[in-house]
Amino acid sequence: MCLAIPGRIIECRGDEALVDFHGNRLEISKIMTPDAAPGDWVLVHAGFSICTIDKHDALETWGYLQQASASETDEPVSDLAGRSVPKLGGTP
Amino acid sequence: MTPGFRELRDQLARLCNKISRQVQIMEVCGTHTTSAYRNGLHAMLPENLRLVSGPGCPVCVTPQRHIDAAIELAAENDVMIATYGDMMRVPGRLGSLEKLRARGARVHVVSSARSALQIARDEPAASVAFLGIGFETTAPATAATVLEAERDGIENFSVLMCHKLVVPAMLALLEAGDVPLDGFLCPGHVSVITGAEAYRPVVQRHAKPCVIAGFEPQQILLGLVHLLQCVQSGRARLENVYRAVVGDMGNRAALDLMQRVFVTADTPWRAIGVIPQSGLELAPGYHRFDAVRRFSLTLGEDEDHPACLCGQVIQGKAEPAECPLFDHGCTPLSPIGPCMVSSEGTCAAWYKYNRSAKALRDLPQSQEVSG
Repeated sequence: MCLAIPGRIIECRGDEALVDFHGNRLEISKIMTPDAAPGDWVLVHAGFSICTIDKHDALETWGYLQQASASETDEPVSDLAGRSVPKLGGTP
Repeated sequence: MTPGFRELRDQLARLCNKISRQVQIMEVCGTHTTSAYRNGLHAMLPENLRLVSGPGCPVCVTPQRHIDAAIELAAENDVMIATYGDMMRVPGRLGSLEKLRARGARVHVVSSARSALQIARDEPAASVAFLGIGFETTAPATAATVLEAERDGIENFSVLMCHKLVVPAMLALLEAGDVPLDGFLCPGHVSVITGAEAYRPVVQRHAKPCVIAGFEPQQILLGLVHLLQCVQSGRARLENVYRAVVGDMGNRAALDLMQRVFVTADTPWRAIGVIPQSGLELAPGYHRFDAVRRFSLTLGEDEDHPACLCGQVIQGKAEPAECPLFDHGCTPLSPIGPCMVSSEGTCAAWYKYNRSAKALRDLPQSQEVSG
């Protein structure tokens, strides 16, 4: 439940941001990372970005989530709503 | 860069060899719990090093009375409930939210507090209560959502406050003194919000080392190496091996949100009891968003299953397999205790990843050879 997922900000409108998670795009609030700008990578938890993160570290985290997801045969990695995290593609 | 898996494992072995006594480390993060079991870390730890789970799974530490209150809201007050998915199957005295929904109550699973607010916005005639569950990672999101409700004048939205704070629980465990602990592996993403310095009281008051680590297996092993170095040297230190995202002082904007909207309060934890100043309540200026006040709820007592050991498990006092219900009536498909419900619960992780490994280890020697 306390796991945050890395994504890249596509665009910002005030406190709102559109974030790309390896192809899945979600509207989030960036009120906790007010300086985050398009192109920045952020960790997103429960619809809010909680910090910016270096691209290398973000991709490393994606890599681990992908491994964890692949190792799950009957229960894929899921978000807070219990929805499966999408299978991750290659490095963007 | 984090050292490799084998190198870290060898470092751990060397350190444990030098310490030559039993060492017990507690992780207080459900994500660490799951990652450690998923990656088989327990099985590769040196024999004199034990990693036990603490009260780090938000669902597991939420007392039954809050589940009952949510069910009462939906069943008797015709309130629409919005909750993170993990809470759906936690049994209360009168069943779970999932069962209530099956009987026709309006219970929505959301992935963000803001989605709950959106439901309230879309359905102005309905009353929507959001279950505010979780530690410092999740609490600022609830705070921001309450501020948004206030700003936009959405008065049909309320929060059933169950948010908890990690450090007071760690201090309470140490003050109780029931569990011998040599140090804490501290949560990564909670610490993004709190900052590393939040753990300073644990180190200073109780001389227990605290190391913040990420959830990848190498990060967990690296955290353990740093903890064992502290144990070996006899120096309790506060260290952070997750500097990629965790700073010393935390996320100022998130902490400000929490400070503006919440006050700390004495709060009940499942099976542990009330821990002073360990929870969050809405500040007086936001009481109108408090579901307990709005609907004049009385939080009752908990009636946990008498045989369930979840309360012991979340304090590091028992392993899941010691519970008489584990795999005997309590399974992930049909959970009795919350530690078996949540994907981050110790019992669920043990059931999924450790059950067969333990069965193999426990086989008599004669049975082991065939196969």
